[in-house]
Amino acid sequence: MNSLLVAPAIMVGIGLFFGTILAIAQRFLKVDEDPRIEVTNELLPGTNCGACGQPGCLPFAEKLVAGTVDPSQCTVSTKENIEQIAEFLEVDAGSQEKLVSRLRCNGGGLQAHQIAEYQGFEGCRAAAMVSGGGKGCSWGCLGLGDCEVACTFDAIHMNKNGLPQVDTEKCRACPDCVAACPRDLFELVPLSQNLFVQCNIPLAGEAATQLCSVACDACGKCVADAAPGLIRMENNLPVIDYSAGGPAAPEAVFRCATRSIVWLEGEQFQDQESRKAGGV
Amino acid sequence: MRAFRRLRRNFEHGVHPAHFKEQTADLPIQRVPFGKDYVMPLGQHIGVPAQAIVTAGERVTRGQLIAEPGGFVSTGLHSPVTGTVREIGDFRGVDGRFAPAIAIEADAFATQQVDAGDGIDWEALSLEEFIKAVQMAGIVGMGGAAFPAHVKLSVPDGVTIRHLLINGAECEPYLTTDHRLMLERPEALLEGAEIMRQKLGAEETVIGIEANKPDAIKIIQQHIAPGDPVRVVPLKVKYPQGAEKMMIKSVFNVEVPAGQLPRDVGVNVNNVGTIVAIADYFLRGIPLIERVVTVAGPGVTYPANLIVPLGTPVRDVVKFCGGLKPGTREMIMGGPMMGRPIASLDVPILKGCSGVLVFTEAETARRKEYPCISCGRCLEACPYFLNPSRLARLSKARMFDEMKAYNVFDCVECGCCTFACPSNIPIVQLIRTAKDDLTHRKEPDA
Repeated sequence: MNSLLVAPAIMVGIGLFFGTILAIAQRFLKVDEDPRIEVTNELLPGTNCGACGQPGCLPFAEKLVAGTVDPSQCTVSTKENIEQIAEFLEVDAGSQEKLVSRLRCNGGGLQAHQIAEYQGFEGCRAAAMVSGGGKGCSWGCLGLGDCEVACTFDAIHMNKNGLPQVDTEKCRACPDCVAACPRDLFELVPLSQNLFVQCNIPLAGEAATQLCSVACDACGKCVADAAPGLIRMENNLPVIDYSAGGPAAPEAVFRCATRSIVWLEGEQFQDQESRKAGGV
Repeated sequence: MRAFRRLRRNFEHGVHPAHFKEQTADLPIQRVPFGKDYVMPLGQHIGVPAQAIVTAGERVTRGQLIAEPGGFVSTGLHSPVTGTVREIGDFRGVDGRFAPAIAIEADAFATQQVDAGDGIDWEALSLEEFIKAVQMAGIVGMGGAAFPAHVKLSVPDGVTIRHLLINGAECEPYLTTDHRLMLERPEALLEGAEIMRQKLGAEETVIGIEANKPDAIKIIQQHIAPGDPVRVVPLKVKYPQGAEKMMIKSVFNVEVPAGQLPRDVGVNVNNVGTIVAIADYFLRGIPLIERVVTVAGPGVTYPANLIVPLGTPVRDVVKFCGGLKPGTREMIMGGPMMGRPIASLDVPILKGCSGVLVFTEAETARRKEYPCISCGRCLEACPYFLNPSRLARLSKARMFDEMKAYNVFDCVECGCCTFACPSNIPIVQLIRTAKDDLTHRKEPDA
């Protein structure tokens, strides 16, 4: 009987001993956490996408409460959410320009010339390793939708022409598609910047247009038509430098025969669902 | 006892593809006539691309150095023809991408005689000079990987090479280049082997040949002088017998641990073609400017074993073989198990290209892919004892980082798993994709 009681007694004793230590530790070693962090974290989208530059939503919330970042640096939250956070923390929401992901390629299935047929796993990276996936152009979009799979926000859908259509409403400018593209074609640009170069071929003239009917042939007309200094040719492609040049105007794209430089308002490839077969 | 040892000359796992070698195995090696255009990519070996030392418009002679090594893991390039440098620019390579290359237009009236001396007094060279000479001669592993040969020769201090193993397995179906080289140039092979053996300080040379080439085994055995430290080991016919780690297991019954190299078990493995190239350079002064290529497959009119100058467009090679049959669907550079399909006939023959295979609709029709039924055949096939089924599933789910825990980088992409898969899952492609993603994925700027 006696020996039966010893074991529970020891257990209770140990329990009481550690319980006391914990109670003391809780009292004297307590870390005060700002209760606002948790509330702020609740208001954030919780996707841990990293688009703000922080490792996740909780570290971003901590920085918000500390006041080192602006709420609007979270590109994933909706406007209402950001205002809510700003109101709650009684700070200025700040102004972060909305970024969207844009594809530096316009050569879909109808425009880019096919030199071989690709059979195998339906993925861009997989196809890129097999002789470059069948399209003659080895810099352009492979059209097999790795970005569509990678997108956390369901903002990318492949259109009928085999190009990823980025929904500017849904796009939160997290870098998922940028990392997924094996050809490194996505670029995060401010939605307000209308001029965009949608070609990635570093070849000039016929060498480029042989590979794709909408390739930039480096004719340089856009450079001549834009405000001085705004566009320059680099590596046979126009580069738009908003900081260096004058105001951007749609005149720059008027003489582009291949639509490799475009004036975008909203989504890319808006006309493509109904586009007729281009000069293949 | 001898019979018992013979049983051990094998490695575990692997597959048995039909070898299809009868098409070209009996055809002597012939020379392709010189054409007009040659393209020498600067990066046709593993490692750093070479650096061009000629300019457009310059006249070059056959065998002249046209590009210098760009680093240690890099080799020199020599002009395959006498002619004029047309352009140094980007040309489409075997992987479909455009890469820097030297385009040479052959002189239609040149003799195309190699302007070489009598060879090099290799015995007088120190090991460093010898390694440098191999590098400048542009000699790479001719089995397909095109790994610079001099890097294998550079053994760090404290490592001794005891055996020089010459790989004459040629386990890939269709290919017969090593087979023909062994039959037609056994003296060159043994001379090259002796140079390598002495420079490495190895005790003996072992030539491993798959047992389906009895004529090659016989001819080489006839050429070995009594007392020479050379022996021929017939190996079981099995794929991938020619993978260097598998061959070491078969011949010496030693396993090379994961992440280590053959030199760590005291073996240096070289392909038959590489050894012949060494002999050609040191005894005859001819750098690596041409190689033997098997042109075979059901889609080619006259299959052949050819000596092709490097840089020859595949188009010219195929034209020499009577062109393509109607219904041709796919062309592969290298062997059918590990080679790469090419998307253009304009890509050049490279140092590592052992075959040009042409297939028709019947062989290339993609069979319907079914879900994995967990039968485990790929596990039984994998000579590296990986779990291909798990790797393929993870790759399909794009969980590439998790694949590291399953040793994805130990995979040599031999293709046994895909060959064995009854559900037609492109396992090797999925693994290749993951390896590419893990090594080249662009990390977003934080």
